[in-house]
This record gives sequence, structure tokens and C-alpha cells, in this order.
Amino acid sequence: MEALGPVLQATGLNKSFGALRVAENIDLCLRPGDRHALIGPNGAGKTTLVNILTGRTAPSSGSILLDRVDITRASQRERVRRGLVRTFQINTIFRGLSALENVTLAVAERTGAAANGWSRAYGPADAADEAFGLLEALGLAADALRPVQDLPYGRQRLVEIALALGLKPRVLLLDEPAAGVSSAESDGIISAIEALSTDIAILMIDHDMDLVFRFAKRITVLVRGAVLMEGEAADVAADRRVRETYLGLNA
Amino acid sequence: MTSAISTAVGLLVDGVAYAMILYIVSAGLSVTMGLMGFVNLAHGAFAMFGGYVALTLVNAWQVPFPIAVVAAFAGGAAAGFLVERTIYARLYGAGVLDQVLMTIGVLFITMAAAAFVWGPLPQRIALPSYLTGQIDLGFRQVPTYRVFLIVAGFIAAAGLWFGLDRTRIGACVRAAVDNRRMAESVGIDVRRLFSLTFALGSGLAGLGGALGAEILAISPSYGIEYLVYFLIVVSVGGLGSLRGAFVAALLLGIADHGGKYLLPELGGFFIYAAMIATLLWRPAGLFGRA
Amino acid sequence: MPEGATIPHPAVAALARRQTWRAIEALPWVLAVAAYFVFPAYLNLGSQILIMILFTLSLDLVLGYAGIISLGHAAFFGVGAYTAGLLAQAGWVEPISGLIAAGVITGFVGLASGFVILRTHGLTLLMLTLAVAAMLHEIANKAAAITGGTDGLHGMTFTPLLGLFRFDLFGRTAYLYSLAVLLVMFLIARRIVSSPFGRSLAGIRENPIRMQALGAPVSLRLIAIYTVGASMAGIAGALLTQTSQFVALRVLSFEMSGAVLIMLILGGVGRLYGAFVGTAIYMIVQDSAAKTTPYYWYFWLGWLLVLSVLFTRGGLIGVFERARKAVAAWKP
Ligand SMILES: Nc1ncnc2c1ncn2[C@@H]1O[C@H](COP(=O)(O)OP(=O)(O)OP(=O)(O)O)[C@@H](O)[C@H]1O
Ligand SMILES: [Mg+2]
Repeated sequence: MEALGPVLQATGLNKSFGALRVAENIDLCLRPGDRHALIGPNGAGKTTLVNILTGRTAPSSGSILLDRVDITRASQRERVRRGLVRTFQINTIFRGLSALENVTLAVAERTGAAANGWSRAYGPADAADEAFGLLEALGLAADALRPVQDLPYGRQRLVEIALALGLKPRVLLLDEPAAGVSSAESDGIISAIEALSTDIAILMIDHDMDLVFRFAKRITVLVRGAVLMEGEAADVAADRRVRETYLGLNA
Repeated sequence: MTSAISTAVGLLVDGVAYAMILYIVSAGLSVTMGLMGFVNLAHGAFAMFGGYVALTLVNAWQVPFPIAVVAAFAGGAAAGFLVERTIYARLYGAGVLDQVLMTIGVLFITMAAAAFVWGPLPQRIALPSYLTGQIDLGFRQVPTYRVFLIVAGFIAAAGLWFGLDRTRIGACVRAAVDNRRMAESVGIDVRRLFSLTFALGSGLAGLGGALGAEILAISPSYGIEYLVYFLIVVSVGGLGSLRGAFVAALLLGIADHGGKYLLPELGGFFIYAAMIATLLWRPAGLFGRA
Repeated sequence: MPEGATIPHPAVAALARRQTWRAIEALPWVLAVAAYFVFPAYLNLGSQILIMILFTLSLDLVLGYAGIISLGHAAFFGVGAYTAGLLAQAGWVEPISGLIAAGVITGFVGLASGFVILRTHGLTLLMLTLAVAAMLHEIANKAAAITGGTDGLHGMTFTPLLGLFRFDLFGRTAYLYSLAVLLVMFLIARRIVSSPFGRSLAGIRENPIRMQALGAPVSLRLIAIYTVGASMAGIAGALLTQTSQFVALRVLSFEMSGAVLIMLILGGVGRLYGAFVGTAIYMIVQDSAAKTTPYYWYFWLGWLLVLSVLFTRGGLIGVFERARKAVAAWKP
């Protein structure tokens, strides 16, 4: 594993909203199979970084390489096709559609079936079959046909993740996947994430330190748009600055 | 040569006077749409109502013109307040489509009601004699009433600018247009602010309807006929921007009037083309924030 | 089922079943054919209703399925109407090819305008749809030498349909022709909305941001359906020209755009059949009410709109569906 080159490499990313600098010379590197956490106080710029990486927000400078291909200016579509996929901190799902329809949309985009305007959807060998398999794996099979807006919030969070998995990501950026769910529900979400293939590189944002230390081998700490430190989980946990500025503990 | 200048001045005076009407009517629409993102296609109905109030008072009851104009403002404001509280308030946060349909519905109802009360034909207001003459500029005479409209428009613009820029309420409005959630978190009651600005905006529309009755004749279909113009002012100027509305109204008023005089064979084509070009260039309007 | 193919899971099969034809779907067509025999004196109104249904259906594709709110859909109806009229005046008097030509030309107008305006959203897009229609209206109004201006286009004739059926005074040919075109267009529309592409439009309508994050070419898809909707509206307009031998400037008006929007909303958005119900009821009531007292019509229509926004979701079809579900759920 150690020998593998980076799958995602961002260098010197900068971004400001007016006078507010939300990204300041950020470097980030993910290798295949990485379990990397991104932490930092509210408003540190974590979501903005995900937006920059996935092409929702353009950086003012810096570069992003995916498999050594420069994707800094690539469209969201191009990045997704190369395997860079994200989830949203606030549910961004198709509320009026059923869970199965939701995930089918993702699968159909990946396979290219979605461009077909003439054959029946949900016919034999349809994207929906694969989508249903994904729902089963996430324990959502029983809810497959219910409109997702009727599901409990924790299950909606799983649909949020299932949408990303339907794209078969190689790099997965999870923006606070367990935000706003009860601890019982969050267990389900975490085990779903832990069950993911070890080929996928995962960057997870979260505020729950227990969760972060359970999940991550490496951690990046972001404060006011800049990387405060990056390192092995244990080193970060022990770092005085991190404990003071972020964890709010007195060392 | 002098006749060309004279014609140009004449066109300019008429165009600016027309622009001031557009501005007075549309200013309130811009602020309320900027504040709540509420698509109000019935805004012209309040202008129409103000127009009818004024011309009924003047023509039928011989009320002095200035008083009738004030009454038009009050009538528009009262009607706006009533409609906002009873109907519109239920639709904040609803989809744009619902707002479009609802306000088209209100437009239809007011149109039919106006036809029922005031008859289907366009009506003019009898101006007092001191406003009907001409002012001599030396090389050309211009209608007194047009000059009066220009002055009134600039006073309204100055008043609104002062109100928005220098008063506490104005500061709240600006804050709420800028960032609604932030404004709410510092304790501004945006709903109440909206009711207030909505009433004020409708009052201004009523005022504009009354003052402009000379140029935009008052008829039951007023609200539909001029809707596009009000919307152009708001969208080209930029939602929630009074400065934008003023500039857009001036551009529209002068270009529309001048264009129809100089190139009558093009009619309103140029205006719509310019609107499309502007919105493609700056989707949030000239002074709107993207 | 081919060998080796897996049997779809029941949940997938359930989704597939939602797309299959149901018996009730024959109802509007049976009614339309029955109306031909039962109301021979009203066939002219009948074909106008069928044509408006097609126009409304085209808006449903754009608004109901893709979520593009248009205040200027009459632009395409009007372009189709004028295209058919001008072609006929230029000597292209065969109706079916004229219809296709109008559909193709309007499709290009839809493609071009969609390409330009669909990069914007929300209110700006709303204004742009309005402005495009207003601009075309003004062109038709001012280019009187070509379009007849406010007088409209008169005096075109068309050869008999398929060389066999003359457009008769009673409107028999017109009615059946309109019905046939509507049926073909409906089958196309139904096919599109139940395809994976159609489902992806629903995704865009529900949440364009997520569709983008799933890697969907959102603008491209919107332009595609906008083009189809425009073309279909153009065919409706052309059909109106061919069956009435007249084009009025009104076909491009804001009132027309507003009316089609209202018909669709009253019937129910995003359900295809909403176009049938809303349009038929609107046109029949309007025909009887508006002749005598036009302003009463607007008065009640206005209230209908206000109340329907406040109290009914999903239009008349939505009300039917809820009633049906309530009855189904009711167990004594
Ligand atoms: N589009 C935008 N325009 C202006 N400011 C923005 C925009 N998006 C984010 N911001 C600001 O940038 C800063 C960083 O926001 P961001 O959402 O990236 O933080 P975060 O680290 O994800 O915080 P949280 O833990 O609360 O999710 C915040 O102050 C936010 O208000
Ligand atoms: Mg965040």
C-alpha cells in the first residue's frame, strides 16, 4: 500500500469570499485506501474545500490532480467520471422520489443509461437492479419504494451516501455523514462507511472526535482556511495546538 | 441643427418623465422581491388601484389633485397591506410556480373588479390648470406636467434613498435583503419588515399609477399591459437595488420612448433584446448581487 | 426473457409497473372519439381543445417534468402557427409535411433560445422566457408586411389530408386530424418521460445541485427537453393554423403563455393527463362564460387560481388521486 502514488493531490489551494479567506495554501494528498479525516471548527472552510475539490467552487489559485491528471478546471461531470465523488453536509437528495429511484439516478448517470430518451426505465437489466443491491447492502431494502422525504433523518443520510456509492467512487469525500442523526442511527452510518472497499480513498469531515479517531489513520486540521497541522491520528490527538485551538481542552 | 437638439430635448424630457413613473411604480416591487424573493406579478394592480382612486376623486368628486395623489398612495398602501396579510403571507417559502399562479390570480381578480366598478375603457385624469401648460426653455416648450413628473421622480428617489440609507428601518431592510438569515439572527423580524415594505411599495405603486395616469392610461388591464415593463426595471436593475431600479427605469424610459419615436418600425423589439442581453451578461441585473 | 438475465427484484418490478399502461388511460381517447359522434355541432371547438391539449402537454414536458417555469411558452406555439401559415402562403400546402416542417423549425428556435437562456435560473430565467416571447410578439406585430401584423395572416388553403380528406366546414377532418396528431405526440411524450432520460429530468427538477454532483450534464438535458417541448408546441400552433386557416397575433401573446400555464396547473403538473383535464375544462367553461361576460370569467378564474394554490396541490388530477386513495383506504 505504501508504495502507491497519490490518487488525489491538491496543492496550494486558495479561495476568498470577499474579504474572507476560506482557503489558504491548502495542500492535501490522498492515496488509494486512505482513511483521512478533515477536522476544524465551524466555518473553518471544510465544506468549501470539498466544493473546490469537486468543482462546485473554483479556487483562485492552486492545482488539483486526480491520477496525475490536472482537473483544476474540469467540470463536475468530468471529475465524477474520473471517480471523484462527494456527499453533502446537508441532505441533498431527491426528496419526492423513492430511495430506489434516487440511487437509480446515480447508477444511470455512471453507466450512461441516463442519456437514453427512448427505452423504458426500470426494464430488464436496468440500473435499478444495481441500485437495489446497494440499498440492500445499506439495509435500506425495506424502504426502497418510499419517498425519501418520509424516511427518518438517519435513513435519509444513508440515501445521501448511497447516491455517492452508486457512482462507484475511487475517491469519496464525506461531508459530516453523521451530522444531525441520533447516536443509534449514526452507528449504522459508520458501519456502512467502514464496510466500504479498501480500494476507495476516503476523506471524512466530522466534529465527533470519537468517530474521527475510530475511523482515520491520518488527520488534517483546518483552522480559518489554513492547515494547522496534518499527521498520523495519534500525533494530531497529542498536539498541544490542536488540543487548545480546536478540541478546547487544556493540555 | 437646432431643431434636432430641440427634438432630442423633447424626447429626453418625455423619456425621463416616463422613466420616473416606471421607477416610482417599480421601486417597491424591487425591494419586496429582493427581501423575500417573492414573485409578485400583481404589483401593477396596486398602481392601477391608486390611479383609479385619484381619477375618481378628481374627476367625479372635484377633490384637489394633490390630495387625490396622497389618497392614491394611501389607497395603494392599504390595499397592499390587506392583500399581503391575507393572501401573500401564506406563500412565503413556497415555490416560484405557486407564487406566479397566485399573483396572476390576484391580477385577474383585480382586473375584473376594476372593470366592474370603473368600466372597461381607459380613463384619463383631469389635471389642474397649473400643471397643464407649457414651460418655455427658450428654444423649445416642454409640457409643465412632464417637468413636474421628473421633479416628483427625483424627490421620490431622494426620499427613498434617504429612507433606506439613513433610517433604522432602512438599515434593517438593507440587512435583510443582504442576508436574511443573518438579519434574523440579530433579531430583525423580517416578516414584519416585509409587511411594512410591502405596504409602502404598494403605496408607491399607487402614487405612480396616479401620477402616471397621464402617460400610462388607467384601464382594468393596466396590471397586465405594463407588467413586463415593471419586471424589466426590477430584473435589469437587480433585485432589491433601488439604485438599480432607478438606472434601469431611466434606461428603459429613454430607450423605449426614443426608440419608438426614432425607429417606430422596431417598436418594443429593441427593449426586449436589450433586456435579454443585459440578463445574459449579468444574470442578477446591473446592480444585483450574483 | 433472454437466457442468463436475472429476474428483477420485486421493488424494481414495482417501479416498472408504474410505467405500464393502465386501462383508465384509454378513457380520454374514448371520450374524444365519442365526442366526435355526440357533438357534431361542436367539432370546431373540439379541435381547438385538442390543439390546446397538445400545447399544454408540451408545457408539461418542460415545466412538469424538467421544472423549467416558463412565462413565454406561447413563443413556440406562435412560431409554429406563423411557420405553417407562411409556408402555406408560399405554396407549401400539403398539411402533414407542413406540420413536420413547423415542428422542426420551432425545435430549432427552442434549441437556440434554450441554449442561450437555460444557463440562468430562477427569476432571471422566468424573465428571459417572458422576454423571448415578448420579442417574438413584437416582431410579428411590426413585420406586418410578412405577418399581417395585428390583422393576422389570412387566406391560406391546404390540400386535402393524405390527398383524401378535405378540410370541411363542419370541422370533421380538422377534429380527427388534431386527434391523430395529439395521439402521436402523446405517445412520444409518454415514451420520453418514462425513459431513463425522463427520470433524470425528474431528478433535475427535484434537485439540480445533486444531479450536477452526480455528474449529469444538467444544462444539456434541460436544453434537450426544452427543444422537444418547443417543437411540440410548434406543432400545436401549426395545427391551429391548418385547421382554422388563420393566424392571429394572439398566438404569441403573454395571455396565451399565461393561459397555457393555468390550464396545466388546473389539470395537474407532471402527470401528462393533467393537460387533458385542465385544458378541456378551462376551454369549455371559457367558451360558455367568456362570450357573454369576459370579466366575470377572469374574476372567477382568478379566484380559482388563488384557491387552488392555497388548497389543492397537484391540480384536479391530484384531487382525483387523493380522493381515490382515500376511498381505497376506507374500510368499513
Ligand atoms: N458562497 C459563499 N459566499 C460567501 N461566504 C461563504 C460562502 N460559502 C461559505 N462561506 C463562508 O465561508 C466560511 C467557511 O464555510 P464552510 O461551510 O466551508 O465551513 P465549514 O468548515 O464547513 O463549517 P461547518 O463545520 O459549520 O460545516 C464560512 O464563514 C461561511 O460563512
Ligand atoms: Mg461544513
